[in-house]
Amino acid sequence: MKRCKEQAARLLFALSACVCIAAIAAICLFLFANGIPGIAKIGFFEFLSGSDWSPSSGAYGIFPMILGSIYVTAGAALLGVPIGIFTAVFLAKFCPNRLYKFCKPLVDGLAGIPSVVYGFFGLMVIVPFIRTQFGGSGTSLLAASLVLGIMILPTVIGVSEAAIRAVPQSYYEGSLALGASKERSVFFAVLPAAKSGITSAVLLGIGRAVGETMAVIMVAGNQAVVPNALTDGVRTLTANIVLEMGYATDLHREALIATAVVLFVFILLINLSFSAMKRRKTL
Amino acid sequence: MIEIQNLNAYYGNFHALKNINLTFEKNEVTALIGPSGCGKSTLLKTLNRMNDLIPDFSAKGLVSLDGEDIYGSMDVNALRRRVGMVFQKPNPFPMSIYDNIAYGPRCHGVRSRVLLDSIVERSLRSAALWEEAKDCLKKSALSLSGGQQQRLCVARALAVEPEVLLMDEPTSALDPISTAKIEDLIFELKRQYSVVIVTHNMQQATRVSDKTAFFLLGEAVEFDSTDRLFSAPHDKRTEDYITGRFG
Repeated sequence: MKRCKEQAARLLFALSACVCIAAIAAICLFLFANGIPGIAKIGFFEFLSGSDWSPSSGAYGIFPMILGSIYVTAGAALLGVPIGIFTAVFLAKFCPNRLYKFCKPLVDGLAGIPSVVYGFFGLMVIVPFIRTQFGGSGTSLLAASLVLGIMILPTVIGVSEAAIRAVPQSYYEGSLALGASKERSVFFAVLPAAKSGITSAVLLGIGRAVGETMAVIMVAGNQAVVPNALTDGVRTLTANIVLEMGYATDLHREALIATAVVLFVFILLINLSFSAMKRRKTL
Repeated sequence: MIEIQNLNAYYGNFHALKNINLTFEKNEVTALIGPSGCGKSTLLKTLNRMNDLIPDFSAKGLVSLDGEDIYGSMDVNALRRRVGMVFQKPNPFPMSIYDNIAYGPRCHGVRSRVLLDSIVERSLRSAALWEEAKDCLKKSALSLSGGQQQRLCVARALAVEPEVLLMDEPTSALDPISTAKIEDLIFELKRQYSVVIVTHNMQQATRVSDKTAFFLLGEAVEFDSTDRLFSAPHDKRTEDYITGRFG
């Protein structure tokens, strides 16, 4: 009877694991099976490097969207990474205990806000601000970067803070004992020791920014052209899929699925470098 | 020279040091001995104010370095530069041997490569690590053995040219050979520095120190030259401890 129960439990766990593996296998299979033929029909280089996207006239170049995703993500990282890391330093090393108990749930709360709410905030606050300050419509690369920069904060802060806290206190004390100031000890003894963890935090944040869809669509303007200025509209890979999937048919539809393949490869690369980072940490 | 007058220290309500009066002279090694929890490490960390990191720690009384009150107007970073410390567990930074030594001088504004090079060499020589490390200064400090790491920590402390060196059971994590090297080193160091060493090992105290203070339950029971304290202790409690009747 007991043996039987154990067997059943083991089976249940194995099945649960299988669901997860099956899901990712199915997604891969679906994406590549439906996307690759589209890429083949359009032509690999025309698809990736073509700068004209007009499905009605049969032009399927996603270069503007690739660049759009990269720009928006870079903008978000430029804003979110320094603020995130400095916040993590503050929380881990400078924040008084009572303030920490107040701050930490707030930072975690940022992670729980649905992305459509971020988008709404961007649309109501950031977009009008850019419109009045810099002209144009306001929906722009800059707006998307700002909103995304805020969205990746909880990821960057959370992982960086954990990395900083994982640094042995003895490094910090060793530095203080040499007469180094508290700030210097944190930035020159503790942070370098947390380097790989912080890099992981940055990569996770970037992964989040590349994949974000809803908030970006609401504030980016979504023109399928390469932006020339920060205040120009921009369309990301994710936006491209969501905006047109509803009505696309035939090759247009395949081109959108192929866009998802490109996005998938992007995320895969980021995750691979993340795990490479983690492996180096354990060495 | 460090003078301690009527020092009382508390962790919250716990009275960790009771009315301590001691003087640590220049060019002398002073050993602090006593059973665990007697306050000797607390006293050591009071001397460079590392206890400030403990939230509910407080100290009353006078601790002066060359006549200056260290709990007064003296800048705590300046104090720690003058009173260096070697910890119980070797704690080199996860960077190269060179950068470990150069860390302190760089913190205090030394930028010149030539000067840093000479500081690194001098410090490693003083810590008897130069011969072993001179060909691998770029290697990670964590690749050294435990004993080498501890000597590196001594070198790192010496690089900022302190006046006093505090050592908190510096050999308790080391093997006998490394221990002997550190002890030889302490003997050399007293030519230039005052050394205060906390140790659990009474043989070590007799080997390296000129004076010894015996602590019990937060009190400095007896303070005398090492020879006298171990051969003819005045206090019954000291005698019981050094003859191994407790502790």
